[in-house]
Amino acid sequence: MIHFVVHEEGDGVGVVVVEGIKSGQPLKGWIMEDDKDVAVTAKSDIPIGHKLALKDYKVGDTVIKYGVDIGKVVKPIGKGEHLHVHNVKTKRW
Amino acid sequence: MNLSKSSFWGYKRENGRIGVRNHVIILPVDDLSNAAAQAVENNIKGTMALPHPYGRLQFGADLELHFRTLIGTGSNPNVAAVVVIGIEEQWTSRVVEGIKQTGKPVVGFGIELHGDHDTIMRASRAAREFMQMASELRREERPLKDLWVSTKCGESDTTSGCGANPTVGNAFDKLYPHGTTLVFGETTELTGGEHLVAARCRNEEVRKKFQFVFDRYQEVINRHKTNDLSDSQPTKGNIAGGLTTIEEKALGNIQKIGRKCLVDGVLDKAEAPTGPGLWFMDSSSAAAEMVTLCAAAGYTVHFFPTGQGNVIGNPILPVIKLCANPRTVRTMAEHIDVDVSGLLRKELSPDQAGDKLLECMFRTANGRLTAAEALGHREFVLTRLYESA
Repeated sequence: MIHFVVHEEGDGVGVVVVEGIKSGQPLKGWIMEDDKDVAVTAKSDIPIGHKLALKDYKVGDTVIKYGVDIGKVVKPIGKGEHLHVHNVKTKRW
Repeated sequence: MNLSKSSFWGYKRENGRIGVRNHVIILPVDDLSNAAAQAVENNIKGTMALPHPYGRLQFGADLELHFRTLIGTGSNPNVAAVVVIGIEEQWTSRVVEGIKQTGKPVVGFGIELHGDHDTIMRASRAAREFMQMASELRREERPLKDLWVSTKCGESDTTSGCGANPTVGNAFDKLYPHGTTLVFGETTELTGGEHLVAARCRNEEVRKKFQFVFDRYQEVINRHKTNDLSDSQPTKGNIAGGLTTIEEKALGNIQKIGRKCLVDGVLDKAEAPTGPGLWFMDSSSAAAEMVTLCAAAGYTVHFFPTGQGNVIGNPILPVIKLCANPRTVRTMAEHIDVDVSGLLRKELSPDQAGDKLLECMFRTANGRLTAAEALGHREFVLTRLYESA
């Protein structure tokens, strides 16, 4: 069973594609572009469609998805934690 | 799917364009004429009024866009004939004359000096004749290249970027070599990925034009914004669905143009393309506005990927909805035409998902009603550029 998908190798986030992910749950991921598997343990409850961090981030880091910059980290994020508007912001506008 | 000998069944119009619907529309020029237009719709079964809130004291480029959108809507080959109603004769005639260029049956009525009763009576007579004429038209088999396909996504979430939008991209990559006419847009919703679109432009001239409209729209945002727009772009629905920033949303959005198609030209809002290929339309990213502009530019079938479940339709342009979010497919099934959630379970390959969408496209073009059509979604939303005079 696939719990989350990653667009391409090197992306720092995965997208949860099943409902009801709980903190502490071991998760299996699929890197779509490279058709590879990856495993991470959830460190937050994460709703379907939301992202989990695939690495540790510190404030000021850039988040990469689709191999491209999608914004800056404004609060530290640990690997496996929920990554969203509470800890990442746009660099535009 | 081998598309080289593919065909569909459509209505050939006077100007050679092929429609996939056969609507007789009652088109108000302005807000004041909605009541009469809707009365005619009620009198003559099978006709459709397109009420909207604008058309008074507009001027300059905003007025030009108003006329271009109304004339384009009436000229769309999904429309067999048009009854135009306006508060006064002159602007009404301008819309009638514009639509008449296509050669299709069109007639206009001004309300002043007549009142609603008399206008409704005369317009109903014309509408009845048009409706009976249109009911005798028959579909004929046409090559795939005669189909014009637009796309715009809405209430996107992260599944849009990894499922539904790449499915449109796969279908566009397959349609593009067959001489079809395609369009995408949503100018601000490319923010963060604009360099990827610029790199796909066919030549330097197209690239310059694209960059010009992109930069112009950024200036509009920067002039009017009061914060980082995180209350409206991404939308609350996007954020609930897991999208965090405009950059992330844009990169998902861009998946819709596939990997092979080039951007062959740039269109102004509601402007008709002059040849086949993939066009970029400078447009709002609001769903109903953008789909209305696509219909006015002459597109006849629309691909609408959604994540959280946008329920949009259009009066004259069949809107095919596809979704990869299993929760949305389960909770809003009546709105989804193509379920591609299997992509995220590895049960469906991108190629199979693209074929599934194309199969639905052919069925829709041949006459099958989309979910939005069956549910009566007829969002007709005119884009405004600035205040009325």
